[in-house]
Amino acid sequence: MKRLETEILVIGGGAAGLSAAAEAAAAGAKVMILESDLHLGGQLVKQTHKFFGSKDEYAGTRGFKIADILLKEMESCKENIEIHTNTTVTGYYSEDDTFTAMRDEDEFFTIKADRAIVATGAQERLIPFVNNDLPGVYGAGAVQTIMNVYGVVPGKRVLMVGAGNIGLIVSYQLMQAGVEVAAIVEAAPKVGGYWVHAAKVRRMGVPILLRHSIKRALGDEIITGAMITELNERFEPVGEEKKIDCDVICIAVGLTPTTEILSQAGCEMMYVPELCGNVARRDSSMQTSNPKFFTAGDASGIEEASAAMVEGRVAGLSALKSLGYPTEHGRLEEYWGRLQALRSGEAGKRICQGLTCVLTEDWEAVHNG
Amino acid sequence: MDEKSGPERGVGRMDLIHDHPILEFSHGEKITFTFDGNSMEGHEGEPIAMALHANGVRVYRETAEKHRPRGFFCAIGKCSSCFMVVDGVPNVRTCITPLKAGMKVETQHGKGKVFEGAE
Ligand SMILES: Cc1cc2nc3c(=O)[nH]c(=O)nc-3n(C[C@H](O)[C@H](O)[C@H](O)COP(=O)(O)OP(=O)(O)OC[C@H]3O[C@@H](n4cnc5c(N)ncnc54)[C@H](O)[C@@H]3O)c2cc1C
Repeated sequence: MKRLETEILVIGGGAAGLSAAAEAAAAGAKVMILESDLHLGGQLVKQTHKFFGSKDEYAGTRGFKIADILLKEMESCKENIEIHTNTTVTGYYSEDDTFTAMRDEDEFFTIKADRAIVATGAQERLIPFVNNDLPGVYGAGAVQTIMNVYGVVPGKRVLMVGAGNIGLIVSYQLMQAGVEVAAIVEAAPKVGGYWVHAAKVRRMGVPILLRHSIKRALGDEIITGAMITELNERFEPVGEEKKIDCDVICIAVGLTPTTEILSQAGCEMMYVPELCGNVARRDSSMQTSNPKFFTAGDASGIEEASAAMVEGRVAGLSALKSLGYPTEHGRLEEYWGRLQALRSGEAGKRICQGLTCVLTEDWEAVHNG
Repeated sequence: MDEKSGPERGVGRMDLIHDHPILEFSHGEKITFTFDGNSMEGHEGEPIAMALHANGVRVYRETAEKHRPRGFFCAIGKCSSCFMVVDGVPNVRTCITPLKAGMKVETQHGKGKVFEGAE
């Protein structure tokens, strides 16, 4: 079996991973990016809307263009970056300090790395309802992939479940692609996403049904419709069921961090509701309890691309530093300043609460009891 | 909705987005492959699952015990919903496996049979 070696292994080539790679490679470290998808960019390449955030993190630029900016930055130090797409890291064996990976479906190899940055992003959540396993019940990310990356029509008429930013934005993107959105159902009494996104879809005539949820999907082989109901304050169904005609039910009820590799590396994990799942404990350098492992982006807690990019830079910088590369004084503090600015809004409060649970000040102090 | 209202299956009927206000799509070369013996068109290098979807195919496998139909769900290679038999190999993640000319794609029934092909 082929064996590869690198100084810094970056697992996942999304906003966080690319930023980490750019930061580390620019300082001269040998970096290897492994990405399971057929191209780099992660979630960014699926976003057609202009991003929120701050100027340093390209606010006002459309998501897929931000991916281009990061790839261009990497060009300037490309001799230090080895990229493998269509390659999934399948495991980490701590006894052998070795990663296993698979290119395509049949080429297996192992990797030795001095440091690893786990930037594996997130995966879609699903909610329980009858027939939620039928073809046509698609995650919001999947709908974006099929229409925005590959230009394939996802369906004729879509019921969107969830009125957070993702549900709102994907509804808008569906209409851009010429697909009808029957309605958006949202269990909460108010829209979770930004007001501007909600206003946009409402203006285009899509009803946002608050305190509503899906009860079951209709169809034998594939989706032919959905039954929805109103919910009371205790989220119990009340009143008559209503039928929605649709061939796709798009689930946008949130994401949860992808962290298997961190668990395999023995990193101390913690369930943090504010960060949407199980995440690795870390210090302010994004170093986990396993000193060889760093984490960044959605894998370290569901937030936004803006924060993912800065966290990626922090992780890249810290991995460099721990390998003995000289790093610019004050750089880490500058990045933390940017993170704090990004988290100063209403949504940031929740993230900060979550972070107070997982952030440790100093691993040595923790380990020495 | 009428279950039969999807695009007809067969060569030359890919259901693609043509006019998009923001995105321009550059597709891979058009090639043919087979799905359960039917010849279909797709774009080389794009995921198998996308080509199937464009051809109106929604059911990719059938579960082992309850024989429930499965299509794709996450489209990023994480959920196992879109496993199919490709060139005799079962459990291929069709949402992130690139399509090649002449590929033989089949609906997977149950867990699939261990590949016994030559190598
Ligand atoms: C609809 C929608 C709208 C959004 N709008 C905004 C917005 O306006 N502003 C904003 O700031 N953010 C926005 N975001 C959020 C933003 O896209 C994400 O927070 C950000 O992309 C996270 O970056 P990441 O690098 O952590 O993860 P990802 O972009 O998900 O990248 C992770 C990568 O890791 C790869 N990977 C996973 N596991 C493995 C493995 N085992 N081996 C190899 N590779 C692996 C994946 O294929 C993926 O490419 C939006 C998200 C969505 C879904």
